[in-house]
Amino acid sequence: MTVGATLETPSERASYLRAGYSLRSWLTTTDHKRIAVLYLYAITAFFFIGGIAAALIRLDLATPGGDLLSNEGYNRAFTLHGVVMVWFFLIPSIPATFGNFLIPLMIGAQDLAFPRINLASWYLYVLAGLFTLYALIAGGVDTGWTFYTPLSTLFANGYVVAALLAVIIVGFSSIFTGMNFIVTVHKLRCPGMTWSRLPLFVWSLYATAMILVLATPVLTMLLILVCIERLSGIGIFNPDLGGDPLLYQHLFWFYSHPAVYIMVLPAFGVLSELVTAAARKRIFGYWFIAYSSVAIAVIGFLVWGHHMFVAGESTYASAVFSFLSIAVAVPSGIKVYNWIATLYKGSISLDPAFLFAMGFIGLFVIGGLTGLMLAMLAVDVHVHDTYFVVAHFHYIMVGGAVTAFFGALHFWWPKITGRMYNITWGRITAALIFLGFNLTFFPQFILGYLGMPRRYHVYPPEFQVLHVLSSAGASILAVGYLLPLIYLLYSLRHGQPAGSNPWGATGLEWTVPSPPPKQNFAEMPVVTRPPYDYPIRDPMSRE
Amino acid sequence: MSGSLQLWPQQASGHAAQLDTFIMAFTVFVALLVIPVGVLVFVFAVKYRRGKTVDRQHAPNRKVWLEVSWSVVPFLAALGFYVWSTSLFFELRNPPSDTLDIFIVAKQWMWKAQHPGGQREIDELHIPVGQPVRLVMNSQDVIHSFYVPALRVKQDVVPGRVSSLWFKADKPGVYWMTCAEFCGTDHSVMGGRFYVQTADEYAAWLSSSGVDQSLVASGEVLFRKYGCSGCHAASSAVHAPDLAGLYGRAVALASGETVIADEQYIQDSILLPQKQIAAGYEPIMPTFKNILRDDEVIQLVAYIKSLRPASWRVK
Ligand code: HEM
Ligand SMILES: [Cu+2]
Repeated sequence: MTVGATLETPSERASYLRAGYSLRSWLTTTDHKRIAVLYLYAITAFFFIGGIAAALIRLDLATPGGDLLSNEGYNRAFTLHGVVMVWFFLIPSIPATFGNFLIPLMIGAQDLAFPRINLASWYLYVLAGLFTLYALIAGGVDTGWTFYTPLSTLFANGYVVAALLAVIIVGFSSIFTGMNFIVTVHKLRCPGMTWSRLPLFVWSLYATAMILVLATPVLTMLLILVCIERLSGIGIFNPDLGGDPLLYQHLFWFYSHPAVYIMVLPAFGVLSELVTAAARKRIFGYWFIAYSSVAIAVIGFLVWGHHMFVAGESTYASAVFSFLSIAVAVPSGIKVYNWIATLYKGSISLDPAFLFAMGFIGLFVIGGLTGLMLAMLAVDVHVHDTYFVVAHFHYIMVGGAVTAFFGALHFWWPKITGRMYNITWGRITAALIFLGFNLTFFPQFILGYLGMPRRYHVYPPEFQVLHVLSSAGASILAVGYLLPLIYLLYSLRHGQPAGSNPWGATGLEWTVPSPPPKQNFAEMPVVTRPPYDYPIRDPMSRE
Repeated sequence: MSGSLQLWPQQASGHAAQLDTFIMAFTVFVALLVIPVGVLVFVFAVKYRRGKTVDRQHAPNRKVWLEVSWSVVPFLAALGFYVWSTSLFFELRNPPSDTLDIFIVAKQWMWKAQHPGGQREIDELHIPVGQPVRLVMNSQDVIHSFYVPALRVKQDVVPGRVSSLWFKADKPGVYWMTCAEFCGTDHSVMGGRFYVQTADEYAAWLSSSGVDQSLVASGEVLFRKYGCSGCHAASSAVHAPDLAGLYGRAVALASGETVIADEQYIQDSILLPQKQIAAGYEPIMPTFKNILRDDEVIQLVAYIKSLRPASWRVK
């Protein structure tokens, strides 16, 4: 179903949604807003595919014997879950949907710098998705999403090359998007939109785009080498032929560690927007937040070795990586305190978007500080490759990035569709997700410290109680993730028209009608005020 | 549900106890950083709710000293923990000199161990209490990771390199040992029992598990059988390095580098002889890669390690 077909109010007539109804007009569009909507469809679909795999995993782990799946089936399920969630949900989610939709609107431009390349990125994403689905339907892959060699090159069963090609192709999609964002932010800002007036969401996507462009090619080349080794037996990673299995890990984490910042920096950007709008107050420490995004992007390249403390890295290298990892935790920490300082003396409304933001803050802080624990060498030796790590990265990626994605969805939905959704259901969802999440993943910290390795299908019975709690939490979480599908889709037909600025936020995107017209701005905007320029309130105000 | 609820792992070593202390202290530190965040978000959301009349005057939007202090103070505290944990880690990486060396081969999906006296076991490991033990590990196929939660130690076993790990268990008992690196279909059932025994029990176990020969003795047989002695014996006409006293010595290489002759070097010299050529010798040694079984490699390495320089030949 298309969003356009159900919208009615007169102000929407000129909107981007009404600029043509045919499927063709969507599939050949170069309008950044329509491409954003195309991404939203595709990414949602993959989120549910990855979610089904997660449900299988969690059901299976409810008993220590792993009675639902075979060993092989379990390995295929978590590989699929990891590949889909990382490359087809987390990495593209916020940049490709909200970044695409909002960057031009936020900086006063008519479109991205390269509209056709933007459409091409979407097609690459879909093509890569088809490869993944092929690998899935043809029988699956059992390497884990990390594709460690020599397992992936010499021993794994299944359609490894198809899965690798999928990741290589989706990488090109990321590189195109990143490049497009960088050029757009440099070249297309409207008069008066100086760097110091750039919304923090744009700053964070700018830093993200830098990582996408610099890190993704490393992964692309690495995975091409894996394909070559698997297909032709040349010794790149195979020690029997003079290759080195650890070379793979160094290169893989040189990409994949920065990649976690690809997942969380956009989330930071979203948070900065949600918090200021909910508090109707200027952000606390604009420059600290802007620069810390850039600092994280840069330092993020220097800490990959913390994934290899027990792999055979030298003792001194480990000590250095440990130190650098602690240093990168600081700029991330700053932001959390800045958001809280922003709330101080604000005028806070408990809208769904704000509740998601609060949830994000709580979960992200736990995820980040357990990351600090993992950076401590002696701790990592014990908990590396256990459920402690599984819990940590889910707190960051699901508690952080996915929660921010839902926050963004609830905040900009009225802008994207022109309709309001049911606020109460939005609040219930935010609460359910927060509770379900903690019940699912908190027990996993304990499991990990007890020594339960990750990627285990069969486990000792002492761990069962904690696993059952986790599985129970997952079913609450699943309800939380499914509910928006109902009330957001319902709002398309029955929601109140939103008006151009339902939250009373500042920012250029709220000055155009909702949904925005095909040509974003009727005339070129000129910015004369700092960002987040909320009016100064009277003493003792109610507002 | 058959399982009982366990909330803290067993401790089988002094290191485990030290790490537990560390983790408890660190958890307190983390709580000190998290709790204010949670409390303040909640307090502000209630106190400054829209529609409530409160003083909202002079809200700051920048305070440099505040920002600096809330980044610098936690950072310095974290550095304190860094020093603590790194020193624990350095202990894990520096074995004492009097270790009992046990050889491990990992393969899909089992752990095979061989004790110095030649005793072998699969998916079980017997070690004496209170004695530093060093595991010298090889993998035959993919990467595995040797892990005993009760000791809080693990080490990946990467094919093509010799990995080692040491520990001193001080509590007799039976613990869980397992594989922590995803290694294919039966990854989750790769593992078994780890027995920490008193010296007497260990001695009894050693003598009850029948062996033909000790590692060194069987290595010596192989050394002749495969013709190593033809070149490396002192009397040989072929110009090949003398192996007596090699272990632990610095070896000059043809490339100009110097390496310490450890287990990795000895194993590589047998399996990949062209990788590092000792200075002054022709690269004529053939590889034994497809000839020797991995337990035979272990026996040969043990034998070469045992060769002490004969006193009359000290150079
Ligand atoms: C209901 C929600 C979810 C549940 C119950 C769940 C469950 C799990 C479990 C049990 C594992 C560990 C598999 C293993 O090591 O044996 C796992 C791994 C993983 N999950 Fe999730 N997950 C959920 C949602 C997500 C989401 C939303 C994302 C990303 C957006 C995600 C990303 C990952 C990644 C990257 C891995 C690592 C895969 C690997 O180790 O190969 N998960 N998940
Ligand atoms: Cu294994």
